[in-house]
Amino acid sequence: MLRYLLNKIVLVLPTLIGITICAFAFVRLLPGDPILAMAGEHGVSPERYAELKEQFGYNLPIWQQYAHYVRDAATGNFGVSISSKRPVIEDFMTLFPATIELSTFAMIFAMVLGIPAGIFAAVKRGSWFDQGLMGTALVGYSMPIFWWGLLLIIFFSGYLGWTPVSGRIGLQFFFKPVTGFMTIDSLLYGKWDAFRSALSHLVLPAIVLGTIPLAVIARQTRSAMLEVLSEDYVRTARAKGLSSARVIGVHALRNALIPVVTTIGLQVGVLMAGAILTETIFAWPGIGKWMVDSIFKRDYVVVQSGLLLIALIVMAVNLIVDVLYAVINPRIRAS
Amino acid sequence: MKKKLTFAAALLAASVLGGVANAKTLVYCSEASPANFDPGTTTGGNDFDASSRTVYSRLVEFKHGGTEVEPGLADKWEVSDDGLVYTFHLHPGVKFQATDYFKPTRDLNADDVVFSFDRQFNKANPWNGDKYLPNLTWDYYTGMDMPKYVAKWEKVDDLTVKLTLTEPNAPMLANLGMDFASIVSKEYAEQLEKSGKMADFSTKPIGTGPFQFVDYQLDSVIRYAAHPDYFKGKEKIDDLVFAITPDATARIQKVLAGECDIAPYPNPADIGTIKANQDVTLMDQAGLNIGYMSYNTTIPPLDKPEVRHALNQAIDREALIKSLFQDAGATPAENLIPPTMWSWDKDVKADAYDPDAAKKVLAAAGLTEIQLWASDRVRPYNPNFQRAAELIQADWAKVGVKAEIVNYEWTKYRSEGKKKDRPGAFQIGWTGDNGDPDNFFATLFACSAIGVSNYSSWCDKDFEDLIQKAKKTSDQAERTKLYEQAQVVFQKQAPAFLLAHSQVYAVVRKNVSGFMMDPLGIHRFDGVDKAE
Repeated sequence: MLRYLLNKIVLVLPTLIGITICAFAFVRLLPGDPILAMAGEHGVSPERYAELKEQFGYNLPIWQQYAHYVRDAATGNFGVSISSKRPVIEDFMTLFPATIELSTFAMIFAMVLGIPAGIFAAVKRGSWFDQGLMGTALVGYSMPIFWWGLLLIIFFSGYLGWTPVSGRIGLQFFFKPVTGFMTIDSLLYGKWDAFRSALSHLVLPAIVLGTIPLAVIARQTRSAMLEVLSEDYVRTARAKGLSSARVIGVHALRNALIPVVTTIGLQVGVLMAGAILTETIFAWPGIGKWMVDSIFKRDYVVVQSGLLLIALIVMAVNLIVDVLYAVINPRIRAS
Repeated sequence: MKKKLTFAAALLAASVLGGVANAKTLVYCSEASPANFDPGTTTGGNDFDASSRTVYSRLVEFKHGGTEVEPGLADKWEVSDDGLVYTFHLHPGVKFQATDYFKPTRDLNADDVVFSFDRQFNKANPWNGDKYLPNLTWDYYTGMDMPKYVAKWEKVDDLTVKLTLTEPNAPMLANLGMDFASIVSKEYAEQLEKSGKMADFSTKPIGTGPFQFVDYQLDSVIRYAAHPDYFKGKEKIDDLVFAITPDATARIQKVLAGECDIAPYPNPADIGTIKANQDVTLMDQAGLNIGYMSYNTTIPPLDKPEVRHALNQAIDREALIKSLFQDAGATPAENLIPPTMWSWDKDVKADAYDPDAAKKVLAAAGLTEIQLWASDRVRPYNPNFQRAAELIQADWAKVGVKAEIVNYEWTKYRSEGKKKDRPGAFQIGWTGDNGDPDNFFATLFACSAIGVSNYSSWCDKDFEDLIQKAKKTSDQAERTKLYEQAQVVFQKQAPAFLLAHSQVYAVVRKNVSGFMMDPLGIHRFDGVDKAE
């Protein structure tokens, strides 16, 4: 197991180097210039432009800029934002809990609906439910997040008035963050109304962010279940006279869940990508919205360090999933 | 027991919330997060709404809803006959805000004023450089040419400050009403310097303005309370909250749902819905802006005014404006400056649509091909450069001119566009900083702006003489005459096609009173009240 783990960690290193190159190159390949973006409509004289380029170190050869970036990142220095002048890591740590909270609820939504729906579709293969579910999953997977979010806001918040339009919590609730998770902090302060408000603010963004993972999980569960249900040991279990619920719930599901766990792990990357749009629509103060703002401002420092930090987290989650997978499936370990 | 405890907790929560509900709270759905709260170091309108217009005051202020300069922290001022020395007399007894992070021991005085400007240019001032914040650029101070015009700031006595200029500069007074000229507390700066927490100056602001800063939850909510000792009297609303909501549709839905009281910049597509709603008012005003298209006047045949006029005449401007601005509407631009600005000449008219006349002139000049520039960015004065380019391209095709559309990303677009040898017609625009006509005429078409913001590379001696003379004249009536003449020259020479001045909108709930649209594009909450 230790060898397996070490192998995985060694594999992470080249990926990490690749990510630093991508993050560094991505923001520089985007057309645009941070100095001109800062100057706004006023423009800037060629002399001042040269002066500012030197001040920010953008006059240095590109390899030297990259070397500085890697050196600083390796020592835990992720730089200071060009526009806000605040340390990137400070903003990241402040905003990250909001993204985690939203992603967690989105994932809960996706799993709670996706896994049972997938099981049911597999058991009732070919039925109208199965056809309908797979059709809906395809629609959910293809739905543009931006459009879906606005549609839900207009219908549920605007027309029905059931949910708040956007934000993390009602504006009347005001307390200093402890964990940064509104649902937890409100409980720590003993404010039930605030907790309810935080939950109600999570409903629409969690649905929007969870829609794609829900579709993927439902489809994956269905296909894994179908495969397992045709296995000999399931047939044996049925022949032994076990109840259908026991055969599906205990014998089939446990084995079918192995690929589903991997799928769920992979969805972390999807959630991070989806958070960018979801957070912007729902004014959710997380790292997705922060990255979008920084890309528009051509804030090189925030974009390259933010991407690296996000990639590190996605890699860490995937590593954990790999390890878990090996734990629940010894054949992987052996191979 | 458990039930009793729950009931007691609910009662407590209700009483706390009840207390909050009794305070008069105004919620503004702002469009973006502020970079920080030090207006000297930022450039965005949303930065200024959150800092300079709420927390700070200036020596002079722009009249609420207008562009005229009126007394602010300075009750009055004198300008020397040679226009070189401005003496400001400060309002006595102005209090800085007392918060949990700073308790002022003295009132505002001349030291604060001198410090507020000194820190923006004096490299020896510890607040000018990295010791305060990394990579400070003081964009507005340098952008408004302050280093060129300011010789020195001096304290005469506690309530008198003297500004000496290097040469007469009439727009200086308007510059001092701008956000970068907000007056900060020197005492607070010294306290932070001593405690080694200088960066807090940009995150926990202290000013003399109508509201004091309470808290900022990054990218989410900014909270302010009314400044109890505000020198113009405490505001009627107790608490001001900025709920940061970047998406325009979500912002408007929040106002319609009653989660916000005021929201700026609705989508043009939502204007019909807003107008139909009984609970909100759609406020609008002609913005202090201009959308235009610069011809490079140095490259033949665009160096001839008659060719430029002919290109203007070939464009169906009315149809173009209708297609671009849709329900939001815009005022066709007759002059470079908008009608809300003083010195606007009502007798000057832009070229009328006359494709037949245009065709003859263009054929005679041999103009058959031209580059037409468009960018990807939505600007207040032009919501869709690409669409505008396509419509103009079609109009020009009708008069025998084939336009090739050139696209670039916004910052690249401007850096390429301002090059002296850039060919063709370049779409651009401007939003005024301070309501002074110089901020349009000189910034956009002075000879010295070639290569910076004069995208026409146009340097006309008559025009230049008029605007430079107006810049050095203190008398506004005299300046008005000079700018009127400049507008006549501009029309005759036609260095650009003038498109429109766009409308600026805000959505306000009907129980809010006293909120005014501002031509400078700022959002102010002093004087605003809310009925429960």
